[in-house]
Amino acid sequence: MLEIKNLKAKVETDEGGKEILKGLNLQIKAGEVHAIMGPNGSGKSTLASVLTGREGYEVEEGEVLFEGKNLLELAPEERAREGIFLAFQYPVEIPGVSNTNFLKTAVNDIRKSKGEDPMSSVDFLKMIKEKAKLVDIDPQMLGRYVNVGFSGGEKKRNEIFQLAMLNPKLSILDETDSGLDIDALKIVADGVNKIRSKDNAFIVITHYQRLLNYIVPDFVHVMYEGKIVKSGDKSLALHLEEYGYDWVAEHLEEIAK
Amino acid sequence: MTKTEIENTDLKLKLVSDFQKFEKSLNGKANSILNKIKIDAFDCFNRLGFPVKKLEEWKYTNINPVLKHDFKQSTQLAKHTLTKDFVGKYFLKDAVNLVFINGFFDESLSDKITDNDSCYSGSLAEATTKFGDFVEQHFSKYADFKSNSMTALNTAFSKDGAFIYLKKNSVNNIPVHILYISDAVNNVMLSQPRNLIVLEEGSSIKISEDYFTVGSNYNFTNAVTEIYCAQNSNLEHYKIQNDGDNSFHIGTTQVHQERDSKFSDTTVSWGGSIIRNNLNSVFNGTNTECHFYGLYLLDGKQHVDNHTLADHKMPNCFSNELYKGIIDGSATGVFNGKIMVHPDAQKTNAYQSNNNILLSDDATIYSKPQLEIFADDVKCSHGATSGQLSKEEMFYLRSRGISENDARILLLNAFASDVIDSVKIDALRIKLYHTLQLKLKS
Repeated sequence: MLEIKNLKAKVETDEGGKEILKGLNLQIKAGEVHAIMGPNGSGKSTLASVLTGREGYEVEEGEVLFEGKNLLELAPEERAREGIFLAFQYPVEIPGVSNTNFLKTAVNDIRKSKGEDPMSSVDFLKMIKEKAKLVDIDPQMLGRYVNVGFSGGEKKRNEIFQLAMLNPKLSILDETDSGLDIDALKIVADGVNKIRSKDNAFIVITHYQRLLNYIVPDFVHVMYEGKIVKSGDKSLALHLEEYGYDWVAEHLEEIAK
Repeated sequence: MTKTEIENTDLKLKLVSDFQKFEKSLNGKANSILNKIKIDAFDCFNRLGFPVKKLEEWKYTNINPVLKHDFKQSTQLAKHTLTKDFVGKYFLKDAVNLVFINGFFDESLSDKITDNDSCYSGSLAEATTKFGDFVEQHFSKYADFKSNSMTALNTAFSKDGAFIYLKKNSVNNIPVHILYISDAVNNVMLSQPRNLIVLEEGSSIKISEDYFTVGSNYNFTNAVTEIYCAQNSNLEHYKIQNDGDNSFHIGTTQVHQERDSKFSDTTVSWGGSIIRNNLNSVFNGTNTECHFYGLYLLDGKQHVDNHTLADHKMPNCFSNELYKGIIDGSATGVFNGKIMVHPDAQKTNAYQSNNNILLSDDATIYSKPQLEIFADDVKCSHGATSGQLSKEEMFYLRSRGISENDARILLLNAFASDVIDSVKIDALRIKLYHTLQLKLKS
């Protein structure tokens, strides 16, 4: 589904740009869940930004193919329509735009790009009700402005609710567990597990092993200084939890073997 | 002398000659109270002349392009080709719709005027003949023409406009919607509607003024609305400007508020080439409240100038102001919000905010808060912003598959919504949202 080859990318800064991704390789197939762990500044969120087309990043080398298509050529909305979804680390508040109107516009713009007619209001409301249950969202919240006045947990649940509504092929969860208490974490993870299928895939970016108790990954990758330095199964996450990221720094050469 | 000045003088000379004709027609009635005011007002206009950019109040608005046209004025309702079916499309449901063509009341196109124990809403010309004494008590008592030549000009030529009068304690739930149509089909017209709105003690009503143009000739509206809000009255007032590309509008809304009264105004400007709005409210009693909301959505070479004044003369009053602008093309917006707090006006609460989104490199906004505070126990604040659409918000929307254009429309619609939501006539608010959508899509 996704193939990242030798990806090198800079973030634009006032001083001209700083290299963050330094030759990253990753392959993801349908039905898989990949966890990416790593210390602050290792490039996890930059990877999410580059994959979804956020402004301010410059790809210097390498390629990203999504179902065979060159992803890096596409505008953010085109990537979304191809089936890529980012659950934001910091969901954006948009005063004046209701959740419902936002999602209706999104669903219908995606349908339009596929030559389909807009969804009827009845069908749309039905879908909203059904998906809201997945992450235990009060439908009343949907009349409110996007993320405005939402608690940290509500914002993250709203991200997963949007994910459910748009039914993407590849979802990137960028530190979805940060700022969540254990109850909210369970709700979010439950939602993801219900959506998980053999046809879709997830990239779960996190600092902590905790989330991976609930969303069990098929692969765990350790990211360090812009590269994936080690990959393994879920036990790697436990190992990291025990030894910390210092262990990665100290045993870099050993790990790479 | 430059060319413009010669042309300036031409329009002024023409107005002088128009006024002389009017004076001759008075036929011995020159001493009536109203005619004396008109003669004084014209004298004032003659001395002051049209406003020029060197005046501080007109620093950012040049009206020379207005003055170079050969405007004619009617002295009564002229023949026109507008049908009731056509005008009806602009009516508001569940409201009394009054139609003025080039400043003159057209009874045949309007809903039936209201004339009962609690309320009168109809034309100033008719009110002047029916109850002249009452009109004299209020006419030109609030809108000062000595310092404003355009108000002087309007006063001198005032013949007709809307007249709305609410008697004591009458609560009118049926809004009055006034359509001011500039008929620019065949002629190059100057319209000078003069409106008088009087709310007696404890009364309340919602009134909207809706300006638009039919035809593509140059046209110029110089409007004055005088409003008197007696003790404990409540007026919701709206001014919608949707004139054509060859339309000019200069208007003053002058409000006089007595104690415990509440006044709210929303001014929405979408159409017109050069617009200047003055909105002034004078608080003549304690515990007075006023709200000013404004929205301007500009494109091309449009120029819209909003000057407002909250004149806190008495203690314990509250004023709140929110003006928002979306400016594209090489259009220009001007916002000058003055809050005057007199020495006696202790415990004043006055807030003001002006936010602008500039959509192009050539769009311009001049935003000027002007707070003059002479009392020491007050709460006043002001804020002005101008910028582009938030990149973060745009990316968030686009990352969900929403096209760049639809994302822009969603955000601009949201930006404008807190002004449009201040409109309390449901049918009007829905219409405004509809127009906003159309404008944003084009």
